[in-house]
Amino acid sequence: MAVSKDQWLKQLRSDIPEVSPEDVRSELDAKKDVLIVDVREGDEYRQGHLPGAVHLPRGFLELQAESKLTDSTKDIIAYCAGGVRSLFAVDTLKKMGYGKVRSMAGGFTRWKQNGHPFDVPEVLDDDDRERYARHLTIDEVGEAGQVKLKKAKVLCIGAGGLGSPAAYYLAAAGIGTLGLVDYDVVDKTNLQRQILHTDDRVGELKTESAKKTLLGLNPKIDVKLYNERITSQNIDEIVSGYDIIVDGCDNFPTRYLVNDACVKHGIPNVHGSIYRFEGQVTVFWPPKGPCYRCLFPEPPPPEMAPSCAEAGVLGVLPGVIGVLEAIEVIKIILGKGDLLVGRLLTYDALEAKFRELKLRRNPDCKYCGSDDFPGYIDYEQFCAI
Amino acid sequence: MAISVRIPTPLRKLTDGKAEVDAAGSTIQELFDNLESQHAGIKEKVFDDEGEIRRFIIVSLNGEDVRYIDGAATSVSDGDEITIVPAIAGGV
Repeated sequence: MAVSKDQWLKQLRSDIPEVSPEDVRSELDAKKDVLIVDVREGDEYRQGHLPGAVHLPRGFLELQAESKLTDSTKDIIAYCAGGVRSLFAVDTLKKMGYGKVRSMAGGFTRWKQNGHPFDVPEVLDDDDRERYARHLTIDEVGEAGQVKLKKAKVLCIGAGGLGSPAAYYLAAAGIGTLGLVDYDVVDKTNLQRQILHTDDRVGELKTESAKKTLLGLNPKIDVKLYNERITSQNIDEIVSGYDIIVDGCDNFPTRYLVNDACVKHGIPNVHGSIYRFEGQVTVFWPPKGPCYRCLFPEPPPPEMAPSCAEAGVLGVLPGVIGVLEAIEVIKIILGKGDLLVGRLLTYDALEAKFRELKLRRNPDCKYCGSDDFPGYIDYEQFCAI
Repeated sequence: MAISVRIPTPLRKLTDGKAEVDAAGSTIQELFDNLESQHAGIKEKVFDDEGEIRRFIIVSLNGEDVRYIDGAATSVSDGDEITIVPAIAGGV
């Protein structure tokens, strides 16, 4: 014979320890090692939740418990809106082997009525949730990570070979604010690799052309354009307010200005460079790792660098390196994974080989090794790669 | 004793296009003296007039910058991998 809901609840109440919102509050205030689990649906959670609560909707409890509640011996308090669904949830968790699970009586409604603090998560709208669905299902991103991407401000120096794939994927990934710096116009010879631009935009400013492509892919991001050459005079103003810089420029004077500005402002500098079939990528982020000048204190003189006459690059190569830069950007924003800080990754396309070189901070570096910023240097512009 | 040295693309015009060449020596300095005898011009691309590694070049021994070992005096032995990594500006 079927058991009625009331009979079942009565049984659960006698089996499952309940705790009042006031007791939960004092455990939280006392910084007890207790995990709060919100078992309500997504739309309820987004209206507000207990501080630090893990969201594990009742409908996904069995499927997601293992990944979200990794320690089955931990003290867990589950809550829902009124204290009923959490009883069922606790019943399930106990069957799954979680030993110390309690249910909060009265749920979130009573918690809120009694004046306890709660957080309202920054959330995505339905359109975002659809667009980024494949991110939201990854634990390392999820809704909280996607919100971080949305709030992030990333500046791409150069909208060319490296800037194109980097900015394209960053726009797709939902970086909320993307800045692009480039003063050049689209040339037919760019189209072999600079995938943001199109044949009918030859002669247009690269920044304007890039913006059209990026907004075509993702109209919800904000694209800011800087149609100017970077100099010691304007760099502070251009980089200010950005969280991360993607260096995809094509000359030494700009690379040194970008490095020095990143050191000065404490901005991580995701660095990529390419030549023919070879590429390099790393993240300069003192004091976690070295800056560009720790590796190469000064640019080469014109006679020591390959000249523009020798320029040439396999069109796909910047795709590989630019995308690696974009991945590092995402990892920095999400705070996940091992960054290429202190490591130079080199790629040889002909050999199809990646190699890694360990990079160290130079304690005598005049830029990142000293508290006194020595000032910007406008190196002589010469045609080198 | 032969040690292989990886040559970056910009310097391959000095090694007949070869990406890897063999050289002999027991220190980085000796290795590059030997390389120079085989591929004239390569040493001055890597070392300055004072015999220091140029400031826009990294010479790595098994993935470590030799500046943080013993510089040009760093010992090398059979089976070691030497890589020359120049600063590259290109991005467009």
